[in-house]
Amino acid sequence: MASQIVQHEHSSTLKHHFASDAQQLDAATIGMWLFLVTEIMFFGGLFLAYFAYRQAYPAAFASASNKTNLWLGAANTTVLICSSLTMALAVHAASLGKRTLLVLFLILTLLLGGAFLGVKAYEYHDKWVHHEIPGAHFECEGCEDAGHAPLFFSLYFGMTGLHATHMLVGFVLLVIIIVQAARGKFTAKWYTPVEMFGLYWHFVDIVWIFLFPLLYLIDRSHTGLK
Amino acid sequence: MITAPPPEKTTPNYLNHQHGLKSWLLTGDHKRIGILYLISVTMFFALGGLFAALIRLELTTPAGDLLESNQYNKVFTMHGVLMVFFFLIPSIPATLGNFLIPMMIGAKDLAFPKINLLSWYIYVLGGIFTLYVLLTGGIDTGWTFYTPFSTSYSNGYVIAAGLGIFINGFSSILTGLNFIVTIHRMRAPGLTWFRLPLFVWAHYATAAIMILGTPVVAVTLFLVVLERGFHIGFFDPAYGGDPVLFQHLFWFYSHPAVYIMVLPSMGVVSEVISTFSSKKPFGYTFIAFSSVAIAVFGFLVWGHHLFVAGQSIYAGLVFSVLSYIVAIPSAVKVFNWAATMYKGQVRLETPMLYSLGFIGLFTIGGLTGLFLASFGMNVHLTDTYFVVAHFHYTMVGGALLGYLSGIHFWWPKIFGRMYSQVWSKVSAALVFVGFNLTFFPQFLLGYMGMPRRYHVYPPEFQVFNVLSSAGASVLALGLLLPAIYLTWSLKYGEVASANPWGATGLEWQTSSPPIAENFEVTPVVTTEAYDYSTQQEVVHVG
Repeated sequence: MASQIVQHEHSSTLKHHFASDAQQLDAATIGMWLFLVTEIMFFGGLFLAYFAYRQAYPAAFASASNKTNLWLGAANTTVLICSSLTMALAVHAASLGKRTLLVLFLILTLLLGGAFLGVKAYEYHDKWVHHEIPGAHFECEGCEDAGHAPLFFSLYFGMTGLHATHMLVGFVLLVIIIVQAARGKFTAKWYTPVEMFGLYWHFVDIVWIFLFPLLYLIDRSHTGLK
Repeated sequence: MITAPPPEKTTPNYLNHQHGLKSWLLTGDHKRIGILYLISVTMFFALGGLFAALIRLELTTPAGDLLESNQYNKVFTMHGVLMVFFFLIPSIPATLGNFLIPMMIGAKDLAFPKINLLSWYIYVLGGIFTLYVLLTGGIDTGWTFYTPFSTSYSNGYVIAAGLGIFINGFSSILTGLNFIVTIHRMRAPGLTWFRLPLFVWAHYATAAIMILGTPVVAVTLFLVVLERGFHIGFFDPAYGGDPVLFQHLFWFYSHPAVYIMVLPSMGVVSEVISTFSSKKPFGYTFIAFSSVAIAVFGFLVWGHHLFVAGQSIYAGLVFSVLSYIVAIPSAVKVFNWAATMYKGQVRLETPMLYSLGFIGLFTIGGLTGLFLASFGMNVHLTDTYFVVAHFHYTMVGGALLGYLSGIHFWWPKIFGRMYSQVWSKVSAALVFVGFNLTFFPQFLLGYMGMPRRYHVYPPEFQVFNVLSSAGASVLALGLLLPAIYLTWSLKYGEVASANPWGATGLEWQTSSPPIAENFEVTPVVTTEAYDYSTQQEVVHVG
């Protein structure tokens, strides 16, 4: 009986094909987690390629990875972890029904995400200037095993590019959610989109937490460089 | 066309409660989306069939007198791409699965109706890319897109085709996601997991493969596009890459994909065999778990596509053993279906004929799969017509016959009309005979050493090729018939009752065609599935 009472109170957010709010929220949560599973498999193909080639051509990867900018990578890692914190605080604010706080934290998340993308764009530009993009004009001064060194950069651009694409998608979604939040669409009883978006944002963050050591940190002390 | 005039009394149902094109293109109703898929999947099937006809026509003579080698490459590639990605994979899940899963579990809809509609639009978008490739000059890589040919040497439109399949993959992912959430959270009160119809179990396993495998092939094709379009190399040795990695990534999805094709068919056959034997399926739990086992082991056998590709010999042996193991759950199903019919009241209606055809052909396909799974034998048979015959026995003999069985079985439920019993039985017979005549000679051709993907061949192979082409004409006729009598039935067919076959599932307890919300009242389930004891009268048709 209890569920029917709940159903009456929130008929505006309960879709017709669900029996209760709890069922609807459950479905959304499982759906989001499953979606993240597909995302793991999606990135997984690239991670597999990374491990296979790193194992096969250690010298090329170690020397080429020294070309990445450690400080910019570390700064971006910090920025992204902070954005995850503000996102978590946003979800918390939503659960308390505090609209102003919710909007504030969402905007902070947006700004941090934008900062990450800005730094990433600068790094890409740097690689462009130094001809470190695979293709006809590829150059890698001091790289060992020159035949396989482009693979590192292919993976660098493939992995960080896919990650940045996810950030961009998140950026757009975040703008939409901020507008909805400011208009008071979410209440303490129903804020599913904020919560689901939070899961997505944390996932994209975690992908970077793996990318940073793999692309920037491993074999940083590699001394084989000429 | 679809909105056939309803039965004598204008009972409201999902087909007539709203009218106009917009009500279809913006629908959230899983039943209508199932029909949208039915129409588009059928169109792609017809197109793929056209290319098959060109292949068989060319191969009637040993010389290349109809197509040049380049054209022939494009024809068999388009046949493969259209049939695999745009027909076989979405065929049963996106049409029958979409239509039936919510009804079988007593729900009003899938968990995410908008995402369901989105998946159809994604499918159409992927299809448009592929049609663009078709119209602008085609693609000659084979449906497998092997690198470095696809990324560095092919003259076809690899990028557009790759993007088409990449996009289409997301339609499959979203369908699978929707099914899993729906089966977990939308079941009617009392409908426990072991009261679910076996069709739902099969689709649950299928959906798991869809969401775990499809992203991998998507990212792989994305890398192919990067390598071909921007020279950001991953696989071509010229860029330092390894083509075998492509094959690993490709088959990690594309082998499980054959289970995406055949598992739903097995679900259909389980329903049909039980209904037309009026008997609970023998070993319900075994059939249910064999679906799960196929999904699990199916992910561990991809390496049998790489036996001669430079994979380590030890990896080859392991993949060989695992490929034998995946045959066990498949065999469990076949034995259980046979045991279900034993001492049952078998009625040879059209859906049953198709399902029996499935069992026969799938068994041959499965057993020849064991030939190919054995490492030594595979070296002899790799890339011959033996392989072509084997996978057509599983994909056409298995997946397609299951699809046709399901379409005939649920047609009265979907459209509320019966089709011609005589013509449909003729069609089932023609398909079975035509199929065997087409593909059995190809086993012999392959064993004798005729390689696949060539448009010219030594004259001594001609007699089997002529047999095969003759069979293909019979098969084509058998497949053309349903298109005619099923369409005819929409307007002129006898009005179907709610449960014309005497089946037990929840979907048969609502009207034919169902109302928009599926059930007047959410059903409460108190018994196990396939309880024929409560089925007082079985209505015979025809």
